Amino acid sequence: MAVRPVGAEIELAVPSRPVGHASTLTTAVRFVRKKPLGAAGGVLMLIMLLTGLLADVLQTHDPIATDASATLVRSSDAHWLGTDHLGRDIFSRIVHGARVSLIVGIGSTLLGSVLGGIVGLLSGYAGGKTDLIAQRLLDILQGLPLLVLALVMSASLGPSIPNVIIAISIPIVPRAARIIRASVLSIREMQYIEAARALGLRHLRIAFRHVLPNTVGPFIVLCTAQLGAAILVEAALSFLGLGVPEPYPSWGRMLSVSAAEYAQKAPHLVLYPGIAISLAVFGSNLFGDALRDTLDPRLRGA
Amino acid sequence: MKTYIAQRLGIAVLTLFGMSVVIFVLLRLAPGDIVDVLFSAAGYVNPDEKQAILQELGLDKPYWQQYLDWMRQIMVGDLGKSYRYDLPAWQIIKPLVPVTIELAVLATIVSVVLGVPTGVISAVRQDSALDYVLRVFSLAGLSMPSFWLGMVIILSLVSWLAWIPPLTYVGPRENLWLHTVQFMLPALAVGYRSSALIMRITRSAMLEVLREDYIRTAWAKGQHGRAVVWRHALKNAVLPVVTVIGIEFAFLIGGLVVTETVFNLPGVARFLVEAILWRDYPVVQNLVMFIAIVVIVSNLVVDLLYGVLDPRVRYAS
Repeated sequence: MAVRPVGAEIELAVPSRPVGHASTLTTAVRFVRKKPLGAAGGVLMLIMLLTGLLADVLQTHDPIATDASATLVRSSDAHWLGTDHLGRDIFSRIVHGARVSLIVGIGSTLLGSVLGGIVGLLSGYAGGKTDLIAQRLLDILQGLPLLVLALVMSASLGPSIPNVIIAISIPIVPRAARIIRASVLSIREMQYIEAARALGLRHLRIAFRHVLPNTVGPFIVLCTAQLGAAILVEAALSFLGLGVPEPYPSWGRMLSVSAAEYAQKAPHLVLYPGIAISLAVFGSNLFGDALRDTLDPRLRGA
Repeated sequence: MKTYIAQRLGIAVLTLFGMSVVIFVLLRLAPGDIVDVLFSAAGYVNPDEKQAILQELGLDKPYWQQYLDWMRQIMVGDLGKSYRYDLPAWQIIKPLVPVTIELAVLATIVSVVLGVPTGVISAVRQDSALDYVLRVFSLAGLSMPSFWLGMVIILSLVSWLAWIPPLTYVGPRENLWLHTVQFMLPALAVGYRSSALIMRITRSAMLEVLREDYIRTAWAKGQHGRAVVWRHALKNAVLPVVTVIGIEFAFLIGGLVVTETVFNLPGVARFLVEAILWRDYPVVQNLVMFIAIVVIVSNLVVDLLYGVLDPRVRYAS
């Protein structure tokens, strides 16, 4: 692609903020004061993380136990958010769904970003023909919408949690590679890299020991930005029945056919899982945006 | 400029070729084929019968032969035969295309109408309360699954207006009003999500342009405020927005996959999901190739358009 908009990948080059000057607490306080929305997003993400970790403690019922005597119950003291058509407790399912969404979201984001990061690092550092070929191969992966590629991948791999993670991570690879490559291209020209080369260090060592650590900023920004997208794709795949299989409670599958069928009688079946997805993604989007502004000063105010 | 176009075309063809290999390999990796799906309902598989069907469908040939057959078919414009319907794939896909295109165009219009003005206002009022409200509004659109938004729209129509949107497809000639409503609802759900991206790009491009000297000149000569913003600034800020609309198209089609399912519209995207579940290779292969072509062509058009719109790019290349 010859031309990209102002807001595209190129802008996330090197974090020029010196690391380790202020204490973590001071940095956190400043972040909250300067980026209230970002801090709110951070809190949402923290809540989701804790919910996922403590799902077994927070649950009020067994999330997969059915109860024929209490189907499609509205919110009550016994079932805080009601029950679904099989009498499963929705609150407990949402709490466990947070765990599934987190595992799939974080797993696929990390896998895709690490793979893409390595490709971007090597292709940006090597330059020349290697770079050109790598870029064309990435073009191929990026030529399909994220969801369509993930759809075909997960259909061909079969439904299981590891397979869903792989299916979602592959479309992330080219996006991650582009961002890391852009930042490697500018780091490569720095003087300390020239110095390392003058010292006679081997290329791989320079790439991994001296260039790689300086891409950490864009890498973190990339991961938070992709996390929301990964959670959404997981929800869509599970909704279509190609994602997380039974019996794991997944937010996307809670919205699928059965929910749509009973939606008129029991709108809570549709409302709560959707709100959970939206809040989780909203949190990571808010936090990711603020983090990008903080770590990439050239974007400040933009 | 001519070499540039030739170069971009060459890359596009190479990308499509690579894509066809990826799609082909992915589908062959899938566990089970159409025969398994057909027989799983019967419960009993006669190996001779299975072999006969495999042979009839050409699935017993080596993979490279299957791939070459597919390529040869594409070259002559034959999209193969659907295993499931026992009909030429093109006959099935053809009536689905206008539905998806109509939906995509409507959603794009919604996203531009919603995204550009909010982006401009948000940039002009940077860091004001209004700016925050608009940014949260657009980010919320980016965070909600569009299929869920669609479900919520249907649900609120049913419970508040006691009106149930048509459950099956209504053609434009049958009932134009119902048809429009039926398409506007999913277009809103998908377009709102896409508008978030357009809003962000518009906002950051506007912020950049508003700091330019010629804008200050426009202010200095006493130009009316609204004219400065909407005529002088937006004209230059709109360039990156054009690019995003092109990229957006790929994004939209992804969103349509689930939205068409929710709204029960007989489009390409919904059909793709069904075909994947049925392992109907010719249909899946050709549909995914079709999507890839749409994406690559729209990227190409945007790249070339950008050269036309922005003299700086034209001279650089």
